[in-house]
Amino acid sequence: MCLSIPAEVITLKDDTALVSVNGLEVNVSTLLLDNLKTGDYVLIHSGFAIEIIDSEEAEKTLSVIRHMRISK
Amino acid sequence: MGRFDAYHSKVLCDHLCEQIHRLAKRPLRLMEVCGGHTMAIRKHGIPSLLPDIISLLSGPGCPVCVTSPSFIDQAIYLAGQSNMIICTYGDLLRVKGSNGSLEMARTEGKNVRVIFSALEALEMARREPEKMIIFLGIGFETTAPATAAVIIQAKKHAIRNFFVLSAHKLMAPAMEAIVSNDIPINGYICPGHVSAITGTSIYKKIVEDFRIGCVVSGFEPLDLLQTIFMLVRQAETDRPALDIQYSRVVKPWGNQKAIALMEEAFETVDDWWRGLGILNASGLKPKASYHEFDAAEVFQIPANNISDPEGCICGEILKGLQLPVDCRLFGKSCTPENPEGACMVSSEGSCQTYYHYEHRR
Ligand code: SF4
Repeated sequence: MCLSIPAEVITLKDDTALVSVNGLEVNVSTLLLDNLKTGDYVLIHSGFAIEIIDSEEAEKTLSVIRHMRISK
Repeated sequence: MGRFDAYHSKVLCDHLCEQIHRLAKRPLRLMEVCGGHTMAIRKHGIPSLLPDIISLLSGPGCPVCVTSPSFIDQAIYLAGQSNMIICTYGDLLRVKGSNGSLEMARTEGKNVRVIFSALEALEMARREPEKMIIFLGIGFETTAPATAAVIIQAKKHAIRNFFVLSAHKLMAPAMEAIVSNDIPINGYICPGHVSAITGTSIYKKIVEDFRIGCVVSGFEPLDLLQTIFMLVRQAETDRPALDIQYSRVVKPWGNQKAIALMEEAFETVDDWWRGLGILNASGLKPKASYHEFDAAEVFQIPANNISDPEGCICGEILKGLQLPVDCRLFGKSCTPENPEGACMVSSEGSCQTYYHYEHRR
C-alpha cells in the first residue's frame, strides 16, 4: 500500500502530469505538489505524485556510504 | 529504475555490511513499521546479511493488516444496497469480515470495483450520476492526502453522489503505543513515504520521551542497510536520535501542501488497531464541513464487533512479540492463496512476506 514508484515528468497540464515509469507513460495527479517541472523525478503513489526525488541528495547519500569507515 | 541502480550495488552493500558487523557489539531489536519495508527486507534477504545479534521485527504499518474486520462488514453492507458502488484499492479485496471478503461479495454479484487512484472513484461519480459511489479510504499519511484532495474536489465541483468510508490511520500513535507498552525495541526504521508527507516531527516524542532512535529509511537494499547502520551506531553510542537516511525524498518539514489538504478535509478520531486496540486520535474522518461526503455520517450502517479467526496471532505479530512461524495456522490452513488472517492477505503483510521469502528457504 505504501509502495511508491519513481517516474520522470514529461509534460504538465493543469493538475495532471504525464510521467514515464521505465518508459511506460501514465497520467498522474499533481494536486499534492507545487512547483513541478518537466524533467523532475517524482514518486508516484496511487495515481498521485507525492514528492520530488532530489538527485543531488541521492548522490550525497551514496558518497557518504562510499566513504564510511569504522575502525574496530 | 536505471537512474537509481547504485542503490542495489553489491560492492556498496558488502561495504555497509562489513561496517555493521564491525560496529555491532550488543543485541538489538529494530522494528520496521512500513509494510513496504517488511517486503523489501525479506525480498532482499537483509536479515541474513546482519550479525546474529540484530533482529528485525515487523510493526503495525501494513494498512490492510491493522484494519478492523467490522470495516469490511460495513463496506460489504453498503455494496449490497441498491444503486451503490464500492470502490476499493485491490489490497483490501481479500480481507475477511465476519461474513467473507469484498472479493466474495463481488462474486455474489455485489457492486465492488477495484481502482488504482481515489480520482478514479470521483470520475466514476461524475460519469454515473444516478449511482452512489463509495470510496474506501484506507492507508496512512501516504494515501490520506489523496483522499483529502478528492473530497475537496468533490465539494468544489458539487459532486453529490461521491462518499468516503474512511479507515485512514496515523502512523505515530501506533509507534508510540508499542514503545509505551514496554515492548522491547532499540530503534525504529521509520516509514519513508509516510515521512515524505508528514516530515519528521511526528517521531519527536518517540526519540525524546522514550529515547528510541528513529531513522527514516528508503526502500532499496543500500537504504535499509545504511539505516540499520545508523541505528546500530546510535545504540552503540547510546545516543538515540531522529535522522533521515532517505534524504533524496524526505524533508524534515514534509510535504506542506499535502499536510494542508489533510488538515482541511480531515479531523482525528480514536481508532481501533489490530493488536493495539483503540488508540487516541489515531484515525482520520472527514471534518464536519465535509460531512456530506462521509459515508459513515450519511448512511445508517449497522455496527458489529467481531474478532479475528480462532488461532490467528496477527495482533501479537504486529507488536513484534511473535513471528508468523509461531502461528499454528501458518502455511497450513492460512496461506496467501487462502488467507485466514489479515497479515496473510497483503503482499506487505508479515505473514505473507514470511511465507514467500523465509518459509521456502
Ligand atoms: S498465519 Fe494467518 S492466521 Fe496465523 S497470524 Fe498470520 S495471518 Fe493470522
